[in-house]
Amino acid sequence: MDLLIQTLIIGGTGLACAAILAVAARFLAVHEDPRVETVSAMLPGINCGTCGFAGCAEYAKDVVLHGAAADLCKPGGSETAARIAAFMGVEVSESERQVAIVLCKGDNTAAKRTVGYNGLLDCGAAQQVGGNGKACRYGCLGLASCARACPVGAIEIRDGLATIHPGLCISCGKCVVTCPRRLIRMVPESRSLHVLCSSLDRGPEVRKVCSVGCIACTLCAKAVNGQGIAMRNNLAVVDYTVPLTEESIIAKCPQHTIEKRPGTKGEAA
Amino acid sequence: MKTLRALFNPRGGIHPAYHKEATDSTRVEVMPVPKTLYVALNQHLGAPSRPVVKKGDTVLRGQPLAESAGYVSSWVHAPTSGIIKAVESRLTAGGQLATVVEIEANGADQAIESPAPATDWRVMQTRELVDLILQAGVIGMGGAGFPTQVKLLPPPGKTIETLVINGAECEPYLTADHRLMVEESARISQGIQIVQRILGATKVRVAIEDNKPEAIAAMESALKMAEGDIQLVVVKTKYPQGAEKQLIYSCTRREVPSGGLPMDVGALVENVGTAAAISDAVFLRRPLTERVLTVTGDAVANPKNVLARVGTSFRDLIGFCGGLRGPVGKVICGGPMMGVAQSSLDVGMNKTTSGLLLLSRSQVHQYTSTPCIGCGRCVQACPSSLLPCFLSENLEAENFEEAERLNVLDCIECGACAFECPAHRPLVQHMRQGKAKVIQLRRQRETKASRKEKAT
Repeated sequence: MDLLIQTLIIGGTGLACAAILAVAARFLAVHEDPRVETVSAMLPGINCGTCGFAGCAEYAKDVVLHGAAADLCKPGGSETAARIAAFMGVEVSESERQVAIVLCKGDNTAAKRTVGYNGLLDCGAAQQVGGNGKACRYGCLGLASCARACPVGAIEIRDGLATIHPGLCISCGKCVVTCPRRLIRMVPESRSLHVLCSSLDRGPEVRKVCSVGCIACTLCAKAVNGQGIAMRNNLAVVDYTVPLTEESIIAKCPQHTIEKRPGTKGEAA
Repeated sequence: MKTLRALFNPRGGIHPAYHKEATDSTRVEVMPVPKTLYVALNQHLGAPSRPVVKKGDTVLRGQPLAESAGYVSSWVHAPTSGIIKAVESRLTAGGQLATVVEIEANGADQAIESPAPATDWRVMQTRELVDLILQAGVIGMGGAGFPTQVKLLPPPGKTIETLVINGAECEPYLTADHRLMVEESARISQGIQIVQRILGATKVRVAIEDNKPEAIAAMESALKMAEGDIQLVVVKTKYPQGAEKQLIYSCTRREVPSGGLPMDVGALVENVGTAAAISDAVFLRRPLTERVLTVTGDAVANPKNVLARVGTSFRDLIGFCGGLRGPVGKVICGGPMMGVAQSSLDVGMNKTTSGLLLLSRSQVHQYTSTPCIGCGRCVQACPSSLLPCFLSENLEAENFEEAERLNVLDCIECGACAFECPAHRPLVQHMRQGKAKVIQLRRQRETKASRKEKAT
């Protein structure tokens, strides 16, 4: 008899709860567009925020419901953009993957140091007091602020110089805004020739402080007839919008500032 | 005039070793004009001055090199006669890159003819007096370099009732203001009278720390005949007694509110050096092109108080003081607490450079910082009633909203917390970076808000 009463009480309670849940599921259900989940699954899911939305899920929601552009996800690159565009039935222009590169080659062996630095180990703090003793006032401080900002650990400090592994770079651009000396640039991955210097000083001054700095001799710019390399404020600047494949300029540079660094995935820095 | 002991004492503070004995009784020596001078155009707070000379120009002493480029800005004048060698971006004493005018002195040191003071300053309009001060390029000479004319024109609705003259000089090692008070007390007292007239201030408080009896005696005799409510306030020796807000508290027992200015409590602080410069600007129509500074420290052969031209390089200053004695560990522009370590000696001194400190290698220690042990000594030391330990932890974790809530912007960067910290945490550096970041975030927030307003 007891057993029967207990079974009825428990069973009854269960039935009542089930009824409540059934009603709630019918009337309080939140209808989510199933496409949001599909788009969300297409995104890398690292929540870097480069697209301008608070994470991948938010971006997916905006793409589906408010028609945000399909090619905003930089880590995903053109592949993701194409898949989202195909799914949503929109068109995106084909764009090349961008990778970050540090335009400085002055590691501890190449660049001179004048004084010691015993402040905070942060590039921004060092810049506030005029640098960390590196004689070149334009060069990489090597205190790893960019490496700490990188969400995927693509930046390594090698002998006092930040080096970016292009294969790991997700094009988020966080390092670009972190560098207080503005040494990092986003460049198309197919480009492999770079002038690795940002010094605006004149040649003799550059020679005094760094053995691999651009001395504005203009040899490289002349070699390519100004097509792809322009001289600006005592510095040879690569124009990444114009094709440049002339590999002979690497040997022409007396300071060995120009280097071939492929930016494609899979190759080492 | 009365001489009083300060009845009030600001909170916090520290008692570092003062090391003033090397130079506090040596007379100010006039340094001959060096061959090359490097005059920076960002010596004051606010917009850097706009250059009005170019490479190859010949200038006379006192001729403008750069004009004021905004409301909070100032003029810069040639410290000697010579040829402009360069006008370009270089490293300055503050550690920043800025436009620097390099002058090669021609040795004649010929001054530009200044118009003789036609009228008595007592009958001149307030605005005319302020213009004279602006055109003489007078800025706060205590260290911050706030353009003086801006302070002298309070916005309508604010009245300044108390003028505080800062002769505290609480930074260790420095004796420049001390010697100026001893030797040039008449000029300072003239400057005080001018500022008092411009502001219409009813009370004047001249604050001097009690470790400078000579300066107190000199200022007493200079101000003896002064009329009105003038008091010489002898304040307790401690660091940072000479900080603006702390000195106002010592003299008036009024606390400047968080985020506020001294004028919010009806006070204004001028350094004794600024008062002397104002006197020159009005009486002699002479722009500010030289100042007294202390060249001192273990590593310098003959520590001295030097009257040097603005733009004199640190190398020349050291040379004038007999060169170096042994290896140098650190070169600091300013005092040891708030000064800026230098990476190059070929940098010109500013109007705000009150000292050049050369520490020997054995005096400089490299500390490694360890985690906060929660002892609270920094909280006791902080003159702004902040919690440096929590602030530093939040700033290290880049939690800027919390730092803003803990009033990081009220930090005066005096370094008392870092001096006391047994874990050697880089508290001041954290604060400095945090302040910059919080100001940046605030600006972003404001632009966002204004954009939203425009959209609706």
